[in-house]
Amino acid sequence: MKKKINELKLTLPALSANEGAARAIVGAFCAQLDPTVEELADLKCAVSEAVTNAIVHAYDTPGGPIYISVALFDDRSITVVIRDRGCGIADVAQARQPLFTTGADGERSGMGFSVMETFTDRLLVRSRIGVGTRVTMKKCLS
Amino acid sequence: MEKETLTVALLSEGDTLTATLSGEIDHHSAATARETLDRALFKHRPRVLCLDLGGVSFMDSSGLGLVLGRAALCEELGAAVRLLRPSLRVRKIFAVAGLDRIENITLQV
Ligand SMILES: Nc1ncnc2c1ncn2[C@@H]1O[C@H](COP(=O)(O)OP(=O)(O)OP(=O)(O)O)[C@@H](O)[C@H]1O
Ligand SMILES: [Mg+2]
Repeated sequence: MKKKINELKLTLPALSANEGAARAIVGAFCAQLDPTVEELADLKCAVSEAVTNAIVHAYDTPGGPIYISVALFDDRSITVVIRDRGCGIADVAQARQPLFTTGADGERSGMGFSVMETFTDRLLVRSRIGVGTRVTMKKCLS
Repeated sequence: MEKETLTVALLSEGDTLTATLSGEIDHHSAATARETLDRALFKHRPRVLCLDLGGVSFMDSSGLGLVLGRAALCEELGAAVRLLRPSLRVRKIFAVAGLDRIENITLQV
């Protein structure tokens, strides 16, 4: 059985100014497992995607809570959970399709979930309309 | 004043507009960059927009949105888009979207 060796819990308001801080803090915390430069960059990018989604899509008005938790395990795996209490996703399977976006301004590529999927080893998305969205990502370091 | 995490330097020469992006491109920083780029595109009406990405240290799908959004605008304005010096990280993001050979190519949208 793998054992949890460290844990980070963080709550940030859903403000776009927090995107950089969120990925930097998670990256700095995970650095203690001595990931490769590429592993760390992949993880920070995946975190940025999930946090940005909570900021862009979850809340009608900015500032709702984003809960981030990071767990490090003794088998060199990392679990990151990013959760919001926002509007939720009606059809998660559809939302995860490459190029799918509800962003109406033409500035979203609909590739966020695809990036998370590509840059981590496992992506789990649970969502309920009116309750919120929970994104769980697992990354196994070499 | 909030610190800018992404800067855009513009150079207009003949019918080419070159925009040099340095720093981190995310949804937060892309908003200002988009305004700067669009204003310059309407002002100079170039035939070619070169986006120099050599100084981009971080980019996520919001960067894809920024580049593809500018490519769409350029198509409307009859301009071509070239991406210069994309780093490995930048290329990795484009590859997720199936755009994996982006150096010095004209982007079609
Ligand atoms: N936390 C969330 N709350 C509500 N809806 C969400 C959330 N995360 C994602 N979505 C929905 O899933 C869709 C797909 O998300 P994804 O990140 O793949 O693309 P995007 O955010 O639209 O574009 P991009 O990430 O490329 O800028 C979004 O357009 C949105 O409708
Ligand atoms: Mg997204």
